[in-house]
Amino acid sequence: MLPESTEKNMSNETIISGKKAENAIKESLFLFTLYICVTIAILTLMTLIYDVLSTGTTRLTSDYEVGLITKIQIDNPVDFLTTLDSRYPDRAGIGPAFAGTVWLMIIVVSVTFPFGTGAAIYLQEFAPKNRLTRFIELNLTNLAGVPSVIYGLLGLAVFVRLAGFGRSVLSGGLTLTLLILPVVIVASREALKAVPDTIRQGALALGATKFQAVFRQVVPSAIPGMVTGMVLGLSRAIGETAPLIFMGALTYVNYFPDTPLSGFTAIPIQVYNWIGYPQAEWKETASAGIILLLGLLLIMNSIAIFIRNRYEKDL
Amino acid sequence: METKETVQVNNESVFNVTDLSVSYGDFVAIKNVNMDITKNKITSFIGPSGCGKSTLIRTFNRMNDLILGAKVNGTITYQGVDLYDKMVDPVQVRRRIGMVFQKPNPFPKTIKENITFGLKVNNMTDNMDDRVEKALTQAALWDEVKDDLDKNALELSGGQQQRLCIARTIAVEPDTILMDEPCSALDPVATKKIEDLMQELVKEFSILIVTHNMQQASRSSDYCAFFTTKTSDDGKRRTGELVEFNETSVMFTTPDQELTEQYISGRFG
Repeated sequence: MLPESTEKNMSNETIISGKKAENAIKESLFLFTLYICVTIAILTLMTLIYDVLSTGTTRLTSDYEVGLITKIQIDNPVDFLTTLDSRYPDRAGIGPAFAGTVWLMIIVVSVTFPFGTGAAIYLQEFAPKNRLTRFIELNLTNLAGVPSVIYGLLGLAVFVRLAGFGRSVLSGGLTLTLLILPVVIVASREALKAVPDTIRQGALALGATKFQAVFRQVVPSAIPGMVTGMVLGLSRAIGETAPLIFMGALTYVNYFPDTPLSGFTAIPIQVYNWIGYPQAEWKETASAGIILLLGLLLIMNSIAIFIRNRYEKDL
Repeated sequence: METKETVQVNNESVFNVTDLSVSYGDFVAIKNVNMDITKNKITSFIGPSGCGKSTLIRTFNRMNDLILGAKVNGTITYQGVDLYDKMVDPVQVRRRIGMVFQKPNPFPKTIKENITFGLKVNNMTDNMDDRVEKALTQAALWDEVKDDLDKNALELSGGQQQRLCIARTIAVEPDTILMDEPCSALDPVATKKIEDLMQELVKEFSILIVTHNMQQASRSSDYCAFFTTKTSDDGKRRTGELVEFNETSVMFTTPDQELTEQYISGRFG
């Protein structure tokens, strides 16, 4: 038998109206607020994409009506990708900038992935837990928040001048690597932490060495998270302008970069440049450049998701 | 070996434990353990929570090495060799002395890969398919999974997963199997299957099992060690101690110590 006071509180009245209505209203209000937040986020993204698409596609399709009579005219994506910059908005292509960005991304991935994941594996699985490692961890988290311009200065000093690589795409790629390395390391560490300790213990109990346990059981389980971290880093790197300008990326290039040591420019820098010109038609050219950047980003993300799915299928 | 409560039997000892104690930093988890574990028999460790049974069983395969600050004092020899001697390689120890954990922990890979992993790290890569089949058969799992070896191990039921863990442990051909409450996460039917399995396995392996289930200890094991906790003088820490070690049939009918009698009859713990 329940105590009397409880029985009173549980009368039918309270069950039907009272508390329930109050809770229902609170819940609906909360849900509504959440919906608003989601809508704002999506609307912003949609507006940006729509704006870019409506302005830029004119440059990429043959419906474009040219005001000036010119012999050469960019009117499709392939031409846009392969032509050099020009004084005229309708003749300007994004070729060298696109090539520069691709070169940069290749360098960034090749250096960041091994160093980033390697550092994370060492810090998480092998490093002794002492003051030094805690200090390193603290620094990593802080470094992830340092303004990207500072990395440009660092790149200038270390890669351009000290290492003697000059204002090359190699220096640019290495500068961006430094920029996203903290992010990649932290994300990879989280992925490793998420692997249950029972897996490590199970592997060791079978007579595996620590090395075997880590590289044959723990790391494969953490790969999806590590790849995600890499993609997050790349997505940030692809849009960085300031550090590249600082370490000496060119703003007007009339050649394609052919070696890691050649001068270069990147899509964000080129777009920034075009926007600065007074003529109205440059806006379309710039938007076309942005569309291509987004396209590149989409391809990179798709590759990463593909890799992640392949590893997750085994799980 | 001079011990307090060991029953001297004619069978060979596989482990000899002398004045063993384990501490984590300042905290002494268990102390004054003296016992001889007999070969090809099932020895159970019983006692209330916190008395250091799991800590103790982990010293048998040097899994405590993985815990920061864990220190083992005293001696524990395995077939005459001091397990904690500087020249002893813990990796080799763990191959000879296998372990099955409380919660089934198959690797997130296929059933076959769960077993081949152990074989590969121990360079037993000849006839892998036959070894896989033998291990699964010995673990009473072959018939249930023989057509699905490439299925993900996580899709198996709890009882099947635990039998898979047993299979991968015996695949590397140890001579002892340590079991840390292997049935506590399983339902009674699965538990019974594993207990039956143990009776088969003991013909080939020595088995040490930690269990909370006294009925399991009394019906399954040949020897039994009963532990209890003693609170420190400042009342803050509890240290485990061995109370009695005897043949199970003797311990559960005419135990030597009163504490044992109290625990077994349910008056505490």
